[in-house]
Amino acid sequence: MTTTVNEPAARQTAAAALPRLLPAAPEDLRAHLARYGPTPYRGQTGLLIGDLEASGLTGRGGAGFPVYRKLAIVAQARGRKVVVANGAESEPASRKDEVLLRAAPNLVLDGLQLAAEATGATEAHLYTHHGATPEILRALAERAAAGLDPVTVTITQAPPRFLAGQESALVNRLGGGPARPTFQPPRVTEHGLHGAPTLVQNVETLAHIALIARYGPRWFRAVGTSAEPGSMLTTVYQPDGKCRVIETEIGAPLNTLLTSAPQAQAWLVGGYHGTWLPLPQAAALTLDNGTLRKYGAAVGAGVLAALPSDRCGLAEAARVVRYLAAESAGQCGPCLNGLPRIAAALAELAGPRPRRQVRADVERWVGPQSLVEGRGACHHPDGTVRFVRSALTVFAPELSRHEKGQCSATNHRPFLPLPDGIPTSEDDWT
Amino acid sequence: MTDTKETKETKAAKETKETLVVNPIDCTGHGVCAELLPELISADEWGYPIVDPRPVPPQLDREARRAVAACPALALKLMRR
Repeated sequence: MTTTVNEPAARQTAAAALPRLLPAAPEDLRAHLARYGPTPYRGQTGLLIGDLEASGLTGRGGAGFPVYRKLAIVAQARGRKVVVANGAESEPASRKDEVLLRAAPNLVLDGLQLAAEATGATEAHLYTHHGATPEILRALAERAAAGLDPVTVTITQAPPRFLAGQESALVNRLGGGPARPTFQPPRVTEHGLHGAPTLVQNVETLAHIALIARYGPRWFRAVGTSAEPGSMLTTVYQPDGKCRVIETEIGAPLNTLLTSAPQAQAWLVGGYHGTWLPLPQAAALTLDNGTLRKYGAAVGAGVLAALPSDRCGLAEAARVVRYLAAESAGQCGPCLNGLPRIAAALAELAGPRPRRQVRADVERWVGPQSLVEGRGACHHPDGTVRFVRSALTVFAPELSRHEKGQCSATNHRPFLPLPDGIPTSEDDWT
Repeated sequence: MTDTKETKETKAAKETKETLVVNPIDCTGHGVCAELLPELISADEWGYPIVDPRPVPPQLDREARRAVAACPALALKLMRR
């Protein structure tokens, strides 16, 4: 596998030193100011956007959309505008936003203020995961006491639901409603919170903005690939079950992220809307969409899990899909009807001697002519289909064993992390 | 904008750019659209519409508008690309 990783010489410059985002210990406002100085405002709406375009920064929340474009749309709009730092991190396997909000809350808040200046927004929100970390609350209080921020930041907690961080769900929640997605268009950049053009950026994206505003696009591009520059935070599950948040350059070989010994059979790349890739082949790949796309995968929000060889991949997939089905907002027919059936089918495939009909059913729901994919208001059905489709491909040998009444797993403890109780109430979307 | 002011050509050109779009949140799977416009809409195994993503051909324009108007959930729309 050839890659587009930077040549070694470029890596040795100071600009290329990682980590960029995560200090060794959490930094309060005083430490932050000592290291970075004050927020580098440009003094005018729109001025930062050219630097962001030159930097090539893409959103780190999962969709990977060019950051400058969203800012430009909101900057061009008239009237009241809103910026939102999205730290909902509603993917249960992801930890990177929480770690960032603990370690470098002021970098995120700098980025939020810079995004407000660049777009001309007069209203700023911080949307945090359930149970906001004390560090971010303290940082907000310290900055308010010091009178640092031109735009007041309102904090709102996301409900612990998988879709709570989706852009339109976030806007609904900030507007006082349930955190459920709405049908787009119009996009929230045109018609967002209470109708105002709204810029929603992942908290890691904002931290990168704060650094690009200080050090410039060339500095940013000193790591990463030319098509996908910069570094990114990843949440990596090693085969021994340990979870680490690692800042890595985009385009890094996947095998450099594996640190522990037990043998793994497959990588899950991109979290629960992501793609299973078989090992050892996947270890030769690099962490960038240019490479992963060829294998039907994407970096997403940087969740990577190496499934150990002693587990049953089908059983793991079935657990996750049961969760994903329960996390459907229940608004769109194909998702409401399809996901529970896919989940039930996978549960049967994960057991001994599944009926033949079950495979035909799953094929109809997740195959090339999927009855579910592309038919929801949000991408929940699409992401779930991608996850299931790749699981059935990668774990096809295991499926053959199950059809004979066998299973290769010697360890039946769950591996991939899921919330403790699956919510059943209709009312816990706020 | 009134129809009389437009030439037939410009009207036809506009129509070919329109596609049927379902708002899947509003859609309740009544199935009226698939009944009225089987050429472009079929029902899935749960009764929800699967819509042809291509532009509506001019000869089906009237039927498409009828299906849009008949949707009890107001979930079917003609959208210009």
